[in-house]
Amino acid sequence: MNEIPALIRVFSYLSILTVGGGMAAFPEMKILTVDVHKWMTFQQLIHMYSVGQMAPGPNMMMIVSIGQWAGGTLGAIAVLVAFFGPTAILAFAVAKGWRKLEKWPWRTSIQRGLAPVSIGLLLAGCFTMAKGAISGLETGALAVAVLLTLLQYKVNPALLVLGSAVVGLFTFLPK
Amino acid sequence: MSEMSAKPALQTAGPASVVPSGVSILQIFLEFLIIGATSFGGVVPYLRGSLVTKRKWINDKEFVEMLSISQSLPGLNATNMAVLVGEKLCGWMGAIAGLLGICLPGGLLMFAVGIFYHHHGDHAWITAALKGVAAAAVGLLLSTVVSLSKKSLSSKFDFVFIALTVICVNRLHLGVPRTLVAVGILAILFHYPRKEQKASATP
Repeated sequence: MNEIPALIRVFSYLSILTVGGGMAAFPEMKILTVDVHKWMTFQQLIHMYSVGQMAPGPNMMMIVSIGQWAGGTLGAIAVLVAFFGPTAILAFAVAKGWRKLEKWPWRTSIQRGLAPVSIGLLLAGCFTMAKGAISGLETGALAVAVLLTLLQYKVNPALLVLGSAVVGLFTFLPK
Repeated sequence: MSEMSAKPALQTAGPASVVPSGVSILQIFLEFLIIGATSFGGVVPYLRGSLVTKRKWINDKEFVEMLSISQSLPGLNATNMAVLVGEKLCGWMGAIAGLLGICLPGGLLMFAVGIFYHHHGDHAWITAALKGVAAAAVGLLLSTVVSLSKKSLSSKFDFVFIALTVICVNRLHLGVPRTLVAVGILAILFHYPRKEQKASATP
């Protein structure tokens, strides 16, 4: 139970980093949850994130699992509040002001400037994850296949992830 | 807030339109609960279908504007949208109702999945399946990078900022906050307000 304050600290910090999406915080999340606090292994973090892609709703709900492991039900609730609270309050506070700034020329500059940075953060998170998730030719090929399929066809990504579980089952199960 | 109950559910075409009154906290919670429980593979299309098309709580222009605010702020698009739409309909109570609704189904599911994985995650067949799932997640992330790049970049030079961000985080290990501030300021200054922006301003 004494992990609760640390969970709140870590996840309210990660909350602020999610510019452009949850994945922006992933490199930092790996360092804090795996290396610093040792709540889980890197493989477990990757697994929970990936499974989370099949769940409905906001795509970082896997943080609930981390909270549950480290601090039980109370830990899960603490993580949920810490991760979504700060940005929710910010969105609430900024919403009206931002609308009023419609004519402020720097508003467009901020949006245009943050676009590449948030894509870069997403890509950085993706690379961090690839280090643990892509371990050879088969996993690499599977990732590329999913990428190309999504770029080419209108498929629900959750179904593709589910399909890849089946592929994994047949490919990686030790005989 | 004072005129909320005075007007009937009426949808005007204007961007900052009249609040469609009569929407209760419970309705907001339930609608976002449904979105939270059914939005497999990305929340934004489900949000639009539900809030704009089905419920007509906001119009398309407001939706696009709220989405662009959500993307510029820290926080997930899905939860920022829930806060913004909830706030517009019912003030801060609405924002909390929207946020709770959209988080609850996925949160409960991942709570259960986490417990199951903790106990059975080391079974060979689960590890094998998850190896495939993790590889797919990398592919999915890369496809998001590609489609976002096509959609939201306004200059070829932006690829330099993308590369710079990746190098700062993954190679120089500067950490996300310092990278965000350093490259963010550079990129915003690069896109300083010019005259031509007014003609072609698309977020």
